[in-house]
Amino acid sequence: MAHGHAVKRYSGLMDWLTTVDHKKIGILYLIAGGFFFLVGGLEALLIRIQLWKPLNDFVSADTYNELLTMHGTTMIFLAAMPVIFALMNAIVPLQIGARDVAYPFVNAIGFWTFFFGAVLLNVSWFTGSVPDGGWTAYAPFSGTTFNGDHGFDYYVLGLQIAGIGTLVGGINFLVTIINMRAPGMTFMRMPMFTWSVFITSALILFAFPALTVGLAALMFDRVFDANFFDPSGGGNAVLWEHIFWIFGHPEVYILILPAFGVISEVVSTFSRKRLFGYSSMVFATILIGFLGFMVWAHHMFTTGLGPVANGLFSIATMLIAVPTGIKIFNWLFTLWGGSITFTAANLFAVGFIPTFVMGGVTGVMLAAAPADFQYHDSYFVVAHFHYVIVGGLVLGLFAGLHYWWPKMFGRMLNEGLAKLTFWTFFIGFHLTFFVQHFLGLMGMPRRIWTYLDGLGFNEMNLISTIGALLMGLGTIFFLLNVVITAFKPKNAANDPWEDGRTLEWTIPSPAPEYNFKQTPLVRGYDAYWKEKMDGHTEMTPAEPIGSIHMPSPSILPLFMAIGLFITGLGLMYSHGEWGKIAGIEAGFVVGGIGLIITFACMIIRSLIDDHGFHIEPEELQDKGVKA
Amino acid sequence: MSAHSHTEGQLPHEPEKATLEGRNKILGFWLFLGAETVLFGTLFSAFLALRDQVLDGPKSQELFELPLVALATGLLLTSSLTSVFATQALHMHKVKAMIWWLVVTVILGLGFLGLEIYEFSNYVHEGHGFTTSAFSSSFYTLVGFHGAHVAFGIVWISLLIGQLAKKGLTVTTAPKAYVAGIYWHFIDVVWVFIFTVVYLMGKVG
Repeated sequence: MAHGHAVKRYSGLMDWLTTVDHKKIGILYLIAGGFFFLVGGLEALLIRIQLWKPLNDFVSADTYNELLTMHGTTMIFLAAMPVIFALMNAIVPLQIGARDVAYPFVNAIGFWTFFFGAVLLNVSWFTGSVPDGGWTAYAPFSGTTFNGDHGFDYYVLGLQIAGIGTLVGGINFLVTIINMRAPGMTFMRMPMFTWSVFITSALILFAFPALTVGLAALMFDRVFDANFFDPSGGGNAVLWEHIFWIFGHPEVYILILPAFGVISEVVSTFSRKRLFGYSSMVFATILIGFLGFMVWAHHMFTTGLGPVANGLFSIATMLIAVPTGIKIFNWLFTLWGGSITFTAANLFAVGFIPTFVMGGVTGVMLAAAPADFQYHDSYFVVAHFHYVIVGGLVLGLFAGLHYWWPKMFGRMLNEGLAKLTFWTFFIGFHLTFFVQHFLGLMGMPRRIWTYLDGLGFNEMNLISTIGALLMGLGTIFFLLNVVITAFKPKNAANDPWEDGRTLEWTIPSPAPEYNFKQTPLVRGYDAYWKEKMDGHTEMTPAEPIGSIHMPSPSILPLFMAIGLFITGLGLMYSHGEWGKIAGIEAGFVVGGIGLIITFACMIIRSLIDDHGFHIEPEELQDKGVKA
Repeated sequence: MSAHSHTEGQLPHEPEKATLEGRNKILGFWLFLGAETVLFGTLFSAFLALRDQVLDGPKSQELFELPLVALATGLLLTSSLTSVFATQALHMHKVKAMIWWLVVTVILGLGFLGLEIYEFSNYVHEGHGFTTSAFSSSFYTLVGFHGAHVAFGIVWISLLIGQLAKKGLTVTTAPKAYVAGIYWHFIDVVWVFIFTVVYLMGKVG
């Protein structure tokens, strides 16, 4: 401790509750996101069991609506986003040669607000009023006129709190990537995954505030009787659709771009080739991000915006196929002539390519506004977005998790079990969703509780349900693999795939808390591969060994998030449910207490300077070789 | 990543950018203001979409009292100027001057906030409550979000004044003060748009 600041360092549970280490926060994101992935997956299985035969009554119509709403909301906001953030946290600082993210403390706030927002949303299952108007929460369904219970209160407040976490996370990664790259790591030498995280963070920055306003307005409508979306008060229901999709469409690119990044890394590593067309990949990613903001109204072709608006949004949407096509061909040309190893990670990546192409093709079909009038609200749409989100994002996340597992945990996942995961999940996925294209074309509407016999839907729904069960089985294999691996010795090498190209493979697995003993000097794209080709076994350091400054752990982020959780809960029950305290609604009093907790934590953080602590060179020598 | 790259007791030329933490804070804050721009942009869009839906409530032409709003505008614009003086004092390493300019900024901000509260209570008396119509809901939400930002800024800058008085100008306090300055300008810019789009357009259109 060079400066004599005695910093308490915790162990055990307190270590995890107070951590500001991006690698640990990444693991927290993975555990929480993985948990909600299981919850959302269970909801999906219940949906599929209900639909396996006509006129089934496995769940009631009301429960079905709740299940489908919570399935969509959970999967997008509480499962996909956090697992993406898990990979971002675990890998991006390592890929750019940084010791930490720009704001370690804010990083922890990001995780805890996401977590408590997610918990708040799911508390609805236990209080018995669950959101049931679809994950898009279209007005006026989501207003008090048609939804008098607290279902959508949980939706608006839970997502609002979780959204804060996502927004600050996005800002954190933008600043980290702009300001904290190692010497020589120019923008055009950054690994593709880091590039995709950079663009995704920019999309988060500009898309999430629109959701913040939408949710706040809907909350005002529900809690304070405002009139934003209520036509009887002069409000406009279509306004919600605009605000939601101005956020919502960039959101789907926020989800898919990191998967593109993962695939680029995995395909390149396991083909033992430089990524084909790196600069065009960067360009395509930026273009997709840019165009992603111009296409929101293609979700609203049937709303009646008129032929001019529909035409423009239709063309803008089709344009996105061009940069996406560039990416697909670049992956194919990377594989072409490479010495390919089909590890499980690479299987997921190679499986991703044709699957995502299919989702893209139906996307272009849906982009044609006149045709969309036929597809709209049918199972064709359900098939389309599951092809891009499950066949795209989830396969990408599986590829990334298998690829980076040794770097995150120091242990290699079992390859055999991982390949079993791939084949069951992959086949199950196509069984589930391929037939849904045809169900949609035959006229089966989405979001229905059941269907009549004799419409020709029976067989395909049965196939779809069998596929869903197979996907469930694939997920169980993955969990089994995780558990078995956890009991193996921590013996993964620095570069366990032996073909690592980027900086994260130059340091021990798992990375020590300071990441790099000496900041590396980057001499080109694929920094580590370049050193290998020049006959070196490690990076040239850019600095002498010295003491390393680390941020102190803190419990405040947890309490800030708990404060917001209390506020959310209080605001919901402010219409007499909890009685009054001193003439004021008890709900508002509780809400106020929550806000005070949060603001008090902010003030404490501002007033007390965090000097952090130092890890001295001697300590580095001891720890340097240890994983 | 050393936090103290300068000689002890001597502040570098631009203390707010002397450390990586300071540079991170400033860049991150600019990005945050980008997000705030989208936030207010969406609020403006919602207001513009709903501002003609007055139902039984008063119309904007009857409601708005421009002299009062003009006075509030004057106060807020002046406070932006004084916050510039504070940042200039920061660059000249004059802590005392800096604190005084920040105090003036806070007082002007409080004046603005007082006028806004007075204005809102007048409107409520004239039958323009939060729940009256889509116009009133979107009006109070947009202008109220701005007011909440002013209030937050006042509390923030007041706390900063305390910190500056106690700890002086250091490479830790300088970025905080600098960032609060940009925040205050941003609030001002938003108000310029509110004055134009809500009040002036509300009077003529």
